Amino acid sequence: MKPPPPSGSPPARRVRRRLLGGVLGAVLPAVLRPASATPGTAASGGALATGFAAEPAAVRALQPAAVPALGTAAAPAAVPALEPAPSLNAAIRAFTGGATLRPGKVLVQVAPLVDNGNTVPLSVVVDHPMRPDHHVAAIALFSERNPQHEVANFQLGLCSAAARVSTRIRLATSQKLVAVARLSDGAFWYGEAEVIVTLSACIED
Amino acid sequence: MSARTLIDLPPRVRRGQAFEVRVSIGHPMETGYRRGADGAHLPRDILSEFRCDFEGEPVFRARLYPAISANPFLAFAMVAERSGELLFSWRGDHGFAHTERVALFVE
Repeated sequence: MKPPPPSGSPPARRVRRRLLGGVLGAVLPAVLRPASATPGTAASGGALATGFAAEPAAVRALQPAAVPALGTAAAPAAVPALEPAPSLNAAIRAFTGGATLRPGKVLVQVAPLVDNGNTVPLSVVVDHPMRPDHHVAAIALFSERNPQHEVANFQLGLCSAAARVSTRIRLATSQKLVAVARLSDGAFWYGEAEVIVTLSACIED
Repeated sequence: MSARTLIDLPPRVRRGQAFEVRVSIGHPMETGYRRGADGAHLPRDILSEFRCDFEGEPVFRARLYPAISANPFLAFAMVAERSGELLFSWRGDHGFAHTERVALFVE
């Protein structure tokens, strides 16, 4: 008996390969961009603590004020652009107060590929006991490329049984998420996750 | 101001045993970054604060930003030594405030 014919004729295969190439071409830059945009933060753990880039104070000053201002039609120029912002480090520093950040303990659980950026289920788990004298006091979540870096800030009381929080967030584009945990002894630990978003939140009209 | 909420916790919990509390509330969480049909930005309308207290003791607090999805959902783990009342409260833009009380049975 003859072997069954190949599943597609050569032109069909070529088309499929081209399509695949197109998909890869669209996805790969998205994968590569965050890493190249923030050298050092992903690979070397301590870099987040030490590698705060100097940035114009005006950018930082604009951030908290920009959000209420956006409500008015008079401030379209103040819309933050969707570009890698070095102010992510500034937002994290506002939470830590400049304390040393150590990588580890914090796990950001989120799907690596997200269809709809409007509702992205996410959990943050901190591998740390919750004893009264030694516990996780707060968890802050930051996004690299949303218009506003702060996503949420959780404070855990003594009735908390575990340092585990779940919520649903919006993602404006493919980016990195950073969760920072503040322990009761004042130490800060962080964890990261990279997410690729195919349909972004915030910019749909 | 009234709002629709869903609060999910076990009907009975064991003393000292961890359980999960899941809370969601109906709210648009308008970010302030979207534009309306006229091109103007829709004014921000978000919930900015969530609290859960157990008999006056803080259990969980959350500060929310526009990056939280519409109808904010939060889940956290808690532990209780005795029965009591859980107090959930949300606060947000334009004077939004909502409170729910749920009894917790510990055996």
